[in-house]
Amino acid sequence: MNKFDVSSKKENEIEDEASGPWFPLMFTFFSEITLLTRFTVQYFRNLFIPPYEINEILKQCYLIGYKSLPLVGITGFIMGLVLTIQSRPTLSAFGAESWLPAMVAVSIIREIGPVITALICAGKVGSGIGAELASMRVTEQIDAMEVSGINPFKYIVVTRIFACTMMLPVLVVFSDVIALLGSFLAVNINGDVTSTLYFSQVIESLDFSDVFPSFIKTFFFGFAIGLIGCYKGYNTDKGTEGVGLSANSAVVLSSLLIFIMDMIAVQITDLLF
Amino acid sequence: MDNSQTDTPIEKNHDDSGKEVAIEISNLHKSFKTKRVLQGLNLVLGKGENLVVLGKSGTGKSVLIKCIVGLIEPEEGSLTVLGENVLELHDKKLNELRKKVGFLFQSAALYDSMTVRENLAFPLRTNSSIKEDEKEALVKEALENVGLLDAIDKMPSELSGGMRKRVGLARTLILKPAIMLYDEPTNGLDPITSKEISKLIVDVKEKYNTSSIIITHDIACAKIIADRIIVLKDGVCLTEGTFDELQNSENAEVRAYFE
Repeated sequence: MNKFDVSSKKENEIEDEASGPWFPLMFTFFSEITLLTRFTVQYFRNLFIPPYEINEILKQCYLIGYKSLPLVGITGFIMGLVLTIQSRPTLSAFGAESWLPAMVAVSIIREIGPVITALICAGKVGSGIGAELASMRVTEQIDAMEVSGINPFKYIVVTRIFACTMMLPVLVVFSDVIALLGSFLAVNINGDVTSTLYFSQVIESLDFSDVFPSFIKTFFFGFAIGLIGCYKGYNTDKGTEGVGLSANSAVVLSSLLIFIMDMIAVQITDLLF
Repeated sequence: MDNSQTDTPIEKNHDDSGKEVAIEISNLHKSFKTKRVLQGLNLVLGKGENLVVLGKSGTGKSVLIKCIVGLIEPEEGSLTVLGENVLELHDKKLNELRKKVGFLFQSAALYDSMTVRENLAFPLRTNSSIKEDEKEALVKEALENVGLLDAIDKMPSELSGGMRKRVGLARTLILKPAIMLYDEPTNGLDPITSKEISKLIVDVKEKYNTSSIIITHDIACAKIIADRIIVLKDGVCLTEGTFDELQNSENAEVRAYFE
């Protein structure tokens, strides 16, 4: 019998093959995609309907943005410093050491700054949101909001996703600036370059196509971090075990999504600019 | 306290004996995957009545009260609360109804990130007609009723189990509900605190004329608060009666709860 000929197979044999080891995985994957899409639609629907939770949005902006500044700043500083120190020998070998500020600036602004900052925030903010919402679900706090006639999705989810979307670009700009300061320090370890010369070279090397697309994509990164954190936390089950799982999967999934979005953003930038 | 907001719908509902009805449930079914939890439950809660629900774990007691507030959607049956069919209500109307039904969760479900004051004021936030100073007065009144005015600026993590239950109760009372649903209100508390909470439940009924469903395994608590008791088994009502009637029941299974 031809193995591709299904006509002679019994129905239950076909069902058995369809429910092979890959089937639950595919089913889980597509059902997660469907639920995430529905969650996203629900977010946009609630985002534009009053009342607007301005106070809670400002509070979340403070927690997500201001409270992340030290971590993002330190990471950015080390990023700029290390990138400069590592790049110097290669550029020296080609006699292009004077290109160091320009190369570092383009690398940081276009790619490294947004991606590294987004990954740091996925770890700090994404896991925090995932664990907080999961804990609220497990301890029935979300149910308590619902039974008192308040829309918990609007109060908890919409505010966090919106704050993440708005704060990540701010954090990336802050990280980029600190990274350039770190780079300036590294340049001065082996040489003597004035800050005026260094930063004028940096600014001259950057144009609209470097800054604008990378700034825009940070909004999407922020949205992804907030969305995945909230989705995983809000829909948790399995009790307290689910809290850890939600935090963990929020970081893993949002990090993956950041790389996928970055890949798409690079392709679009290449096409448009 | 003014319960006028809920008077009209109740007055339209009477059972066969002419008694005013707050909640009427008939033939309620709910399953989780293959497990059938509620299997055709019928229940009537009269106005101003304290109804205690007893039963083993997993017989659907918590599911029952979560169905009443629309947190869980049953598969079959009818569920009328204050004259409104819960299963046919859209979000907006359901939220309006929920404001008339207080729910005290087993864990009290206080919002961890808020102080006691903010926890109590939270349910009032959607009511724009109440001014800030009126909200503050309502918060203080609710806390005074449960004897915890001193804890107004504390965080939930600073409160004991009994205090958390009291604050949870104050938070539900702030909306002046016509119906109260208690999910194991004395669970995990020492006998003295349990007795205090039980007396508080009786006080709430007497002061606000609320109709209540109380789920408990605590027989001492049931004795204090129950006007009527029903015993659930396999998702249906096994029997019902007053505390004394069930304590002296001929059914050994029923009597076992009281021994």
